[in-house]
Amino acid sequence: MTTSQDKEAEWSLWMAAAQDGDRAAYERLLKDCLPFLRSIAGRYHRTADRREDVVQDILLTLHRVRHTYDPARPFTHWLATIASRRSIDALRRRGRTEKTEIFDEQAYETFSDPEANREMSVRDEAPALQAAIATLPEGQREAVELLKLRELSLAEASQQTGKSVSALKVNMHRALKALRSQLKGD
Amino acid sequence: MPPSTEQLIAELAAGAEPVRRLRPPLLRALFWLIGVAAIGAIVVPFYGDFGLFSEKTRDPKFVIELAGTLLTGMAAVIAAFELSMPDRSPAWAWLPVPPFVLWLASSGYNCWRDWITLGDQGWRLGESAECFGTIIGFSIPLGVALLIFLARAKPLAPTPVAALGGLGVAGLAAFFLDFNHPYDASFLDLGWHAGAIGLVIASSSLWGRWRTQTNWATESQTNC
Repeated sequence: MTTSQDKEAEWSLWMAAAQDGDRAAYERLLKDCLPFLRSIAGRYHRTADRREDVVQDILLTLHRVRHTYDPARPFTHWLATIASRRSIDALRRRGRTEKTEIFDEQAYETFSDPEANREMSVRDEAPALQAAIATLPEGQREAVELLKLRELSLAEASQQTGKSVSALKVNMHRALKALRSQLKGD
Repeated sequence: MPPSTEQLIAELAAGAEPVRRLRPPLLRALFWLIGVAAIGAIVVPFYGDFGLFSEKTRDPKFVIELAGTLLTGMAAVIAAFELSMPDRSPAWAWLPVPPFVLWLASSGYNCWRDWITLGDQGWRLGESAECFGTIIGFSIPLGVALLIFLARAKPLAPTPVAALGGLGVAGLAAFFLDFNHPYDASFLDLGWHAGAIGLVIASSSLWGRWRTQTNWATESQTNC
């Protein structure tokens, strides 16, 4: 794609002004360059959303390397090289991603995902768990309530109950064992 | 225009601070090479054997090899600086090829000559391991300094830039090595030299690849 000599000179001036901190010139330049950038990105990327992603990537790169532009040299060539380079990089990235990832529209309907039902399972199992905890001996029930339900630390639970940390650990261990066998038995 | 691109432009413009333009790459390369020459002028007298060196320069083949190392180093460094800029031709990568071929050919010829005249002795290991250490020893500080200079341009393709930089640094290190290198190169010497140069280029290229991934990662996390 070619731009007129007037446009080339104008863009070069705006870029030089942007390098000196003229934000209005920079914004004008980026907006004016958009069709040019879209046409380059469009050569490598067919779909509109992907092309727009690449255009944004080009804009970010242009911003990052704007100190490398020499106003004595053609601006369009500098810009086109960055745009082509980033478009090709995006193609490569896409290739790499597609090599390691698959997209299956039916996956969620075809395969069960245990994690997806986790919250529901917890709700379903909550009454049974509460009933099982209620059957535990006093010391074990206390350990479960403090350490698991109220999520206190061993030190905090020890301070609150006056029991040693090791006694709490033993009670907790026994409680878990008892709960596991009760719930499995159900 | 999708709003996100328009918004991105507005954000980029709003945050656009003045930037210091990079000087022309050739000028920056020469500046770096002058710095290396100054360091060489200080370091070489400490370990160089100038009597031996001047004696060896009577052999035109040594002079050709010496010129090959120096020109390879200079050309590769210039090419690396040029290619670090977005709008420079990829053809710059070919600049160090002729002196590199000259360097390889002259080293290879010296090895072949030794093999013919010395027979199996031409395959000796000798002190070539020291050369390996010298090339690596010179290359690490020079390479770090060069990569810092090159990184200022934030090259779009850091790997070839870093590889050329590695070749340049290895060539200059081999040039400095010749100031105290009493042996004519054997095939094994050449192997050690090639191994050291390859290691320097490979390390630089790895840095380049890491830079590429870092750039991508940074940009994908950046919103403006």
